[in-house]
Amino acid sequence: MNFVLLVVVILIAIAIVAAAIGIAKAIAPRSYNQQKGEAYECGIPTRGKSWMQFKVGYYLFAILFLMFDVETVFLFAWAAVVQDLGIYGLVSVLFFLFILVLGLAYAWRKGALEWK
Amino acid sequence: MFDFGIWTSWIHSQLTALMPEGLAIFLECVAIGICLLLMYVVIAIIMIYMERKVCAAFQCRLGPTRVGPWGSIQVICDVFKMLTKEIITVRHSDKFLYNLAPYLVILASVMAFACIPVSRGLEILDFNVGVLFFMAASSIGVVGILLAGWSSNNKFSLIGAMRSGAQMISYELSIGLSILTIIVLTDTMQFSEIVMRQADGWFIFKGHIPAVIAFIIYLIAGNAEVNRGPFDLPEAESELTAGYHTEYSGMHFGLFYVAEFVNLFIVSSIAATIFLGGWMPLHIPGLDGFNAVMDYIPGFVWFFAKALFVVWLLMWIKWTFPRLRIDQILTLEWKYLVPIGLVNLLLMVVVVVFKLHF
Repeated sequence: MNFVLLVVVILIAIAIVAAAIGIAKAIAPRSYNQQKGEAYECGIPTRGKSWMQFKVGYYLFAILFLMFDVETVFLFAWAAVVQDLGIYGLVSVLFFLFILVLGLAYAWRKGALEWK
Repeated sequence: MFDFGIWTSWIHSQLTALMPEGLAIFLECVAIGICLLLMYVVIAIIMIYMERKVCAAFQCRLGPTRVGPWGSIQVICDVFKMLTKEIITVRHSDKFLYNLAPYLVILASVMAFACIPVSRGLEILDFNVGVLFFMAASSIGVVGILLAGWSSNNKFSLIGAMRSGAQMISYELSIGLSILTIIVLTDTMQFSEIVMRQADGWFIFKGHIPAVIAFIIYLIAGNAEVNRGPFDLPEAESELTAGYHTEYSGMHFGLFYVAEFVNLFIVSSIAATIFLGGWMPLHIPGLDGFNAVMDYIPGFVWFFAKALFVVWLLMWIKWTFPRLRIDQILTLEWKYLVPIGLVNLLLMVVVVVFKLHF
């Protein structure tokens, strides 16, 4: 039943957007003007495209995030059973977190966390 | 506490007596869908009205007062106004991704919204890995925002989307770590089960020090996750016009706006569910009379009271602090919140393993 409901939820989400945009397109007035298709930037014509190389700092954080997010997924599975594991669970995850923190410390030391 | 599961199973038995099982389930799904849609829209309208009124109160203004009593119809009028605005597509944009972005943002928001347990037996999606599903569903929103900024072919949108992406993925870690801290205490990931475990005390009291730290981290990270408050630089209106939705007009923009406000409610209600006991009433051990009176207040009233309290807290933060810079945001997350979150997680494990919790 849960997965049927998930499909219902996804359909409702699509329906909200489709209905809102559909109604707006049906009742909203229209006018045609060359200027309306221009990008809304500063009033003067836009120079060049915006699809260009971008600051690398953002990607650096994305890579760091990947490492920690995968770690979180592993920890979720561990957190659900840690009460049964007891001390053993604590000690085994200490090693895992130690290696992970080592990674963060390395990135920190290398200056990956500085915004330049 | 009243169990709404009695109602739903009664309706199911009545329907199956009248018609074949498949048709009954189909009708129930339609009914649930309509309820979800109505709830989503109503919550969005309540949130926008509350934001206007609370913001006005903090700035010593009155807020909307003209349309309807205390201006309560103002938001509905705004929805109709937005519906009558033309949807413009920029000429040099990537049309497919530009139109896809609102779908992703709303999809993430609705999927996360469906996870919230409002009262006993009154939740839509109740997986046994509910927390993980919630995290996964809510992080789809980043993709929508990045697509919106990238496909608009506008420098403001691109900068806004990049900032938003970096900020949202970073703060997702802290949300994950603070929720993990509570899962260690509960050993379950099902939202309804998490609430049931708080019958004899909310987790913020049961888990004492680590739970309080996790709650504070969750509030900071949740505020950043919905791009609000001091963390609203993805759409910093004084620098980037409107950030990632600069090029969206009319209802396209309205959908981003609605998703942002419902996300605020989702973050607050998850905080209320996980830390403040969801629909469980406040019980003080030893005061039996007080506890009995509290039990008479229905569960969904407790839930909405707690969720709206957290919403109010986040609005207070938003209208009090000045905006941070991008480097300050990333420093706060990676150099402070993540290490504190990890240490706090270990502290909670120690508390649980040595049975130091209440």
